[in-house]
Amino acid sequence: MKAAVIVFPGLNRDRDMIAALTKIGGEKPAVVWHQDTDIPDADLIVIPGGFSYGDYLRCGAIAARSPIMDRLRERAARGTRVLGVCNGFQILIEAGLLPGALMRNNSLKFVCREVKLEVTNAETDFTRGYTKGQIIRCPVAHHDGNYFADAETLKQLEGDGRVAFRYAEGTNPNGSINDIAGILNEQKNVLGLMPHPENLIESAHGGDDGRALFAAALKQVA
Amino acid sequence: MTLRNDIAITPDLVASHGLKPDEYQKILDLIGREPSYTELGIFSAMWNEHCSYKSSKKWLRTLPTKGPRVIQGPGENAGVVDIGDGQAVVFKMESHNHPSYIEPYQGAATGVGGILRDVFTMGARPVAAMNALRFGAPNHEKTRHLVSGVVAGVGGYGNSFGVPTVGGEVEFDARYNGNNLVNAFAAGLADTDKIFYSEAKGVGLPVVYLGAKTGRDGVGGATMASAEFGDDIEEKRPTVQVGDPFTEKRLLEACLELMQTGAVIAIQDMGAAGLTCSAVEMGAKGDLGIELDLDKVPVREERMTAYEMMLSESQERMLMVLHPEKEAAARKVFEKWELDFATVGKTTDDLRFRVLWQGDEVANLPIKELGDEAPEYDRPWVEPKIPAPLESDDVPQMDVAEALLALVGGHQCSSRRWVYEQYDTLIQGNSMQRPGGDAGVIRVDGHETKGLAFSSDVNPRYCEANPFEGGKQAVAECWRNLTATGAEPLAATDNLNFGNPERPEIMGQLVKAIEGIGEACRVLEFPIVSGNVSLYNETNGRGILPTPTIGGVGLLPEWEQSVGIGFVAENQPILLIGGPAERGTHLGQSIYLRDLFDRRDGDAPHVDLAAEKKTGDFVRKLIRSGVATACHDLSDGGLGVALAEMAMAGDMGATVTDVEGNDPVLTFFGEDQGRYLVTLNLDPQGPEIAALWKEAEAQGIFAPWIGTTGGTTLTLGGAKPVSVATLKGAHESWFPSFMEGEPSH
Repeated sequence: MKAAVIVFPGLNRDRDMIAALTKIGGEKPAVVWHQDTDIPDADLIVIPGGFSYGDYLRCGAIAARSPIMDRLRERAARGTRVLGVCNGFQILIEAGLLPGALMRNNSLKFVCREVKLEVTNAETDFTRGYTKGQIIRCPVAHHDGNYFADAETLKQLEGDGRVAFRYAEGTNPNGSINDIAGILNEQKNVLGLMPHPENLIESAHGGDDGRALFAAALKQVA
Repeated sequence: MTLRNDIAITPDLVASHGLKPDEYQKILDLIGREPSYTELGIFSAMWNEHCSYKSSKKWLRTLPTKGPRVIQGPGENAGVVDIGDGQAVVFKMESHNHPSYIEPYQGAATGVGGILRDVFTMGARPVAAMNALRFGAPNHEKTRHLVSGVVAGVGGYGNSFGVPTVGGEVEFDARYNGNNLVNAFAAGLADTDKIFYSEAKGVGLPVVYLGAKTGRDGVGGATMASAEFGDDIEEKRPTVQVGDPFTEKRLLEACLELMQTGAVIAIQDMGAAGLTCSAVEMGAKGDLGIELDLDKVPVREERMTAYEMMLSESQERMLMVLHPEKEAAARKVFEKWELDFATVGKTTDDLRFRVLWQGDEVANLPIKELGDEAPEYDRPWVEPKIPAPLESDDVPQMDVAEALLALVGGHQCSSRRWVYEQYDTLIQGNSMQRPGGDAGVIRVDGHETKGLAFSSDVNPRYCEANPFEGGKQAVAECWRNLTATGAEPLAATDNLNFGNPERPEIMGQLVKAIEGIGEACRVLEFPIVSGNVSLYNETNGRGILPTPTIGGVGLLPEWEQSVGIGFVAENQPILLIGGPAERGTHLGQSIYLRDLFDRRDGDAPHVDLAAEKKTGDFVRKLIRSGVATACHDLSDGGLGVALAEMAMAGDMGATVTDVEGNDPVLTFFGEDQGRYLVTLNLDPQGPEIAALWKEAEAQGIFAPWIGTTGGTTLTLGGAKPVSVATLKGAHESWFPSFMEGEPSH
């Protein structure tokens, strides 16, 4: 199982993501620089978190218009698994790979803390390691994670099982509509996620609830 | 507006550059003619207090700066300490007080940016940050605005750059009403054989400018930071720089990549006094001259004069001397990261600092004298008046349980969650202990078991009452906090914040505090490897509390052995290790007196450094032996507050005994020094604990069993039990309600 990580200038959780993929997948992912013209063969392509282009203009807006994103779109259309975490999620939305918008947290402040997530759909390539309704721990660290979508889109997301994770037990840290923490595209091969499962994968992190997500996403396609 | 270089030099102009008449005379004697306008600017930048340490140098020299692990002490961008296995920790703390008061967000942000740059300039990747913040009284009209701006600025820069904030301090006192303190600490990791220095070597080599473009921001910032504030403070806003963490992040990656190519001979970041200070420092250190051609400097504003370019404090810029044959490879790295790269000058053999602009030579000055031979003062100082100790029967009474609740829910001891949740404390995936404990702990990347601990400490109340003991205490408390995680304290950085040194009583505080710091560092074998001095912290003639912040680093051979402060299991014995048999005796300058009785009297507690060392070594050994399950040092609020903090962190109660014959107020709120609370996974009746007591007794250390963990309430002796939930409610609510505009006191 091969993984690739796309890096834009200003991302800063790329090293965390590479470490997590290496520890769980047993193999270092390919690192793709935003100016590269192609993405090497990979079964999972990840855009990690950070502040691409300093979050200037709008979070993820500049990175989303980078030429490498056309290559990513092609891969996603062919069914390759794509995971965007935090700024990666923002970039996927700005690139039109996922619907809705991520607005400024309702507190108007950056927030870094641990939250609880409910696994809303455990039948996807990313969430098979969990059971439906399972509550897991996961850290968040963001300024703009307040998910919003219009009523029509929300209905589709909810109706088609495209909400993968929800903030649980009153821990919604940002005012996200329907407590949405992570959503899937129609084909369910693209997942955008605001929290950071890569920062909770080993006992040194005080828990490994995030591990199952990577273990599932890195599994060979049957 | 275009400023020309032939502006007449008048006494007013000299004074407005912060230069005293005798200093100006020294300039005239040195160069044998009247300086040009640009030259006057250069002198003012190099000879101000901030850059030259002219009032403090004499005393800083007395600090211990060497040790078996010290690779680089003060004088470089940051200190470097060996942590074994070919790795080094590189760290420093620096103030950004004045800018943060004028423009809190940008002032704090660029403070963080500056200290990060100091660390990666030396070839180290930043792995941890801390911030020691001090604000005016909670009910002062500006405090909330400053807290909100400074915290957002620290987070805005550090989060985007990608360094975890692992600790820090936030304190309030009316004495900071007109002058808050922002002391930023950063630490990085480097290989011991790949440390980069600022000393230029070789004649005729390219001096290269890297990073962001130069603008007019921050012109004269260092001079501003060397003066007191008056009522004209709003006019100083243009002297504050604007930070761009995105550029800094790229600069970090580009510099580390460039260093791998072997192209870098010398490197210096452009901090205070920008291009002037960095160029002079590289040349003066290497006994070389430097020639700069300002027409080659990348600028982002039109018609900038030589004066403005030389004094600009635009952020995210570096100056390097490069191997000429590797210049092309170096340029490529910077182009990849879309940063400016320009050869702006060369090294020379004439020991002159020459600046060319539009075909004119606008400055030609002796480089050594600009830097090394800046004025140095032996300012008059008076011995501080130490308040009389409290009378032994002067113990104002209050119900112990009520006092405890008031203290943990007050501005001094309440939770700082509101602050640290705005900082990314997890990034890099190595944070083992996050803010809220005694010290931040991280894993060392590239090593299986090694960890590093970080703590920042000072008690300005103690320093005000007794600068010598306060200086000692700041070092001891930092050393103690590191020890409480199981770490071996390695070395420290000092950030000395004081008032106007031209006043003998302020100078007395500085002298005695440095003396205390030096003594503690010597006894505790905890050398000072870097630091910063911030003077003139006063507004309209009223100085801040003397605040010598100490940032320390400790080493954990195995981070898995480290313990936190929270109780972990029921029915574990709690030992109080260190201190007097009465457990608590000293109420002078305590939080109990200040916050519950509005009294700031008595002497500060004295630190017995020999006992401190002995006790700390004992505790560290205990932690590393694996029998300790939690450990917490005693500081503000004494035994009572420390127990409450352990209970709240572990969500578990405890029952603790009184001391017969001692006033419970003294027992639970006395701030005697050199004490730790430890919980053990041992049977309190068993042979192991008996052996432990025997060893403690042999060393002359008190280690009484004072109580047992368990239940949902904390019971201090005969006081009524307080539920941990009630404590937590009070502890967590102060800060958010304060920021929402409902300060309780």
